Amino acid sequence: MALTREQMAQRVARELEDGFYVNLGIGIPTLVANYVPEGIDVMLQSENGLLGMGRFPTEEEVDPDMINAGKQTVTARDGAAIFSSAESFAMIRGGHVDLTVLGAFEVDQHGNIASWMIPGKLIKGMGGAMDLVAGAENIICTMTHASKHGESKLLEQCNLPLTGAGCINRVLTDLAYLEIKDGAFHLVERAPGVSVEEIVEKTAGKLVVPDHVPEMTFEA
Amino acid sequence: MAGFDKRVGSYEEAMDGLESGMTVIAGGFGLCGIPENLIGEIKRRGVKDLTIYSNNCGVDGFGLGLLLEDRQISRIYASYVGENALFEQQMLNEEIEVVLTPQGTLAEKMRAGGAGIPAFYTATGYGTPIGEGKEVREFNGRHYILEESVVGDFAIVKGWKADRYGNVIYRDTAQNFNPLAATAGKITVVEVEEIVEPGELKPDQIHTPGIYVDRVIKGSFEKRIEKRTVREG
Repeated sequence: MALTREQMAQRVARELEDGFYVNLGIGIPTLVANYVPEGIDVMLQSENGLLGMGRFPTEEEVDPDMINAGKQTVTARDGAAIFSSAESFAMIRGGHVDLTVLGAFEVDQHGNIASWMIPGKLIKGMGGAMDLVAGAENIICTMTHASKHGESKLLEQCNLPLTGAGCINRVLTDLAYLEIKDGAFHLVERAPGVSVEEIVEKTAGKLVVPDHVPEMTFEA
Repeated sequence: MAGFDKRVGSYEEAMDGLESGMTVIAGGFGLCGIPENLIGEIKRRGVKDLTIYSNNCGVDGFGLGLLLEDRQISRIYASYVGENALFEQQMLNEEIEVVLTPQGTLAEKMRAGGAGIPAFYTATGYGTPIGEGKEVREFNGRHYILEESVVGDFAIVKGWKADRYGNVIYRDTAQNFNPLAATAGKITVVEVEEIVEPGELKPDQIHTPGIYVDRVIKGSFEKRIEKRTVREG
């Protein structure tokens, strides 16, 4: 079975370490915040200028001056800091954020990522994504492994205009967890019940498969 | 206006000197911390052919979206646009030129412009359409592109509190691009919720020192929320 969005978020959350500063993109990455493992403290960075994003506010707590990068109303947790956009991107470009999780349309075996523009469709902009991928050492991309029509999104070379070049080192799809190194995808884990054959079939880029590929496990 | 007293009495006075064809740098992120009333005054003046630097372009009928109604903007540098139907329409009709700019690069363009630095190298956008045609240099084995900074004819800023010397503090995430915009205007206009007596703002807590600020005005603000998200209390 392909992973659900929640399971994808749960799997990514296992990569969190105590004391990490983490930037989560919109969509599945946002859900990662719901699965921070017990006993681990992470600080969420929101690129509009908030380090230490808290929970959504209650109706009484809603404050138009407190939003996240997705423009949702939020709160600040204890120990949070608020600053300007330049300071925020100094943290991001300066490599101070420990982990970035973001979605993508395509990634390729060279670590290139395309996530912001589909030619011919309306282009809304890259927001902070280009800065995030240029600045982070440690990025996990979350995406579906293939399109609805079965076309692979893990490619030899991205077809769409890039968000960043040579910057992605880990990918979690609905079928598998993979690392990107030495010009290839390396299969690390597979979703429960998903065969290695299916992953091979749906990966267009170069794929290295070890002898044993463990299945991910999730608590019911 | 005497000495260091930056206060002006009306919005008309606050935007005095704004002409068609000028470049305006605006603070705000989405609808958070936007200079609502200064935008309203730009609309009232009917100036055209403006170049805007702002992270976003408001929504239909609010924020910078208001300036689309009479086609006052001919070019915008922004990182994310198209939350409004009118914007999409003008973009598709090529009535408005959109220069999509990575968010951190946009912030740095303002910061550098205000700090007297004409251009800077950044890795952001290298190898992407944003880097095309830009000078590339290699430092320590990594590629960087040259991005030019910006100085606006006007900067429009939304603060929380200011004193008459133009010292400003911002509230929560309504800070965003505002302190950067404030440094990068030939004429910087700040509208705030409250003007306090000099000395009330602690000197070491001022976000924007008055040296950057030319005009201060107190306004009242709608503070519209773009995406209200709540949890059960």
